[in-house]
Amino acid sequence: MGTVKLLKQIDNAFFREVGEIAQFTARFFQTVTKPKQEWEEFVNQCFWVGYKTLTLVGITAFIMGLVLTIQSRPTLVEFGAESLLPSMVSVSLVREISPVITALICAGKIGSGMGAELGSMRVTEQIDAMEVSGTNPFKYLVVTRVLASTVMVPILSSVGIAIGLCGGYLGVNIRGHISWNLFWHQAFEALSFGDLIPSLIKTFFFGFAIGIIGCYKGYNSKKGTEGVGQSATTAVIVASLVVFVLDLIAVQVTDLLGLT
Amino acid sequence: MEPVIQIKDLNKSFGDNHVLRNFNMAINAGENLAILGKSGSGKSVLIKCIISLMEVDSGEMIVLGKDIQLLNSDELDSLRAEVGFLFQSNALYDSMTIRENLEFPLRRHWSKEERKKGADAAVKEALEDVGLSHTIDMMPAELSGGMRKRIALARALILKPKVIMYDEPTTGLDPITSREISNLMLSVQKKYKSAALIISHDLNCIKMTSNRVIMLIEGTRYAEDTYENLRKSEDPKIKEFFD
Repeated sequence: MGTVKLLKQIDNAFFREVGEIAQFTARFFQTVTKPKQEWEEFVNQCFWVGYKTLTLVGITAFIMGLVLTIQSRPTLVEFGAESLLPSMVSVSLVREISPVITALICAGKIGSGMGAELGSMRVTEQIDAMEVSGTNPFKYLVVTRVLASTVMVPILSSVGIAIGLCGGYLGVNIRGHISWNLFWHQAFEALSFGDLIPSLIKTFFFGFAIGIIGCYKGYNSKKGTEGVGQSATTAVIVASLVVFVLDLIAVQVTDLLGLT
Repeated sequence: MEPVIQIKDLNKSFGDNHVLRNFNMAINAGENLAILGKSGSGKSVLIKCIISLMEVDSGEMIVLGKDIQLLNSDELDSLRAEVGFLFQSNALYDSMTIRENLEFPLRRHWSKEERKKGADAAVKEALEDVGLSHTIDMMPAELSGGMRKRIALARALILKPKVIMYDEPTTGLDPITSREISNLMLSVQKKYKSAALIISHDLNCIKMTSNRVIMLIEGTRYAEDTYENLRKSEDPKIKEFFD
């Protein structure tokens, strides 16, 4: 009986949270369409999201490209398909690895940052102070951050693909030899718009989800400093989970549209 | 003369906890009204309802001649420019310098040209009012508690409000700094001829700054008089505060 009650409570909390996030998202769309955008703060957030995450995304993408190449080589050698390495690395990076890894890094860095920053502003009454001064804190804090992550995650993912391919080039050249031009020629030859466009579109959704969840958790933070920590942690967990769910949906949609 | 703030039959509850019950009050222009009550008696809730940071269950709140519950968000924002608010926690934006903190309220209420021409002078004047001109390029974290309180007051003053609301202005400060803040509140009132609503349980602050005191007990207006008269009261609930 106790277990049933507990499951019911978990269910209620889950659906309440989903409903609240939906409401928060609806408020975002209502606010973003109203005039007088906070462009200065938007650019500031783009810098924070993009520039400050670039090193982390770059290093990770380079290592992923390198490791993927090194680990795939023996299998391809076994089938005499070593020459397909550049094509395989580019398709893997473009379709899946770079968008998902970039989104997960951003969920960790940006999601937790937004959760903690807005959470601390909430518990120290800074958001109330903005409201009292006549500034719409939702527009100033939430809309700018969500837009910045929606715009910057696709850019970061694209940069990640380029850097990952550089890692792949190094990986190919550790055991074999391929010229710089031939590597890039083979990498691009294997790609089609069916690979690039769905990958780019899904990163917009990843960025939007990371921004919305990070801001939702921070903006609705409660219970003092403990709540701020909780907001940051749950923002990362929920955003990462949502990234995987969105990726699964994107794969299904791409498949249905015959783009795979 | 029409009161600058008038509250009629205000009710606010959180679940079964009735924080404010049929609360009534009025503040006249240029007057300092203090609300005295125990922690948890609903003082901060009252002040947050007046500035529309919280919704009320029922009642009427007229601020500077406008029923705040009937205002749309733009009208409410315009009204808020005429009401300064000093938070208990100061609520300074910790990622901004003192200059940016003070300029922030101007973003919404002044045009770009107005800000270009007058923001610097307005910031300097507000900082001079609180005696902290030298902190203009510092971060809030570099300041002491008393200095942060003064900066928060400067930010509340920058739009030259007609009413200033103080939420526990001296809480957490030492007696000397508390006295300094109380004196500052008086000098600000003299300069700007503003009315003030002071929420506090610091008797020294209330004694120094208020013209009239309302005792908030169990969510109701239990008594209303000058500080000196309330001090002489024989009512045990009032005496409890002064003993």
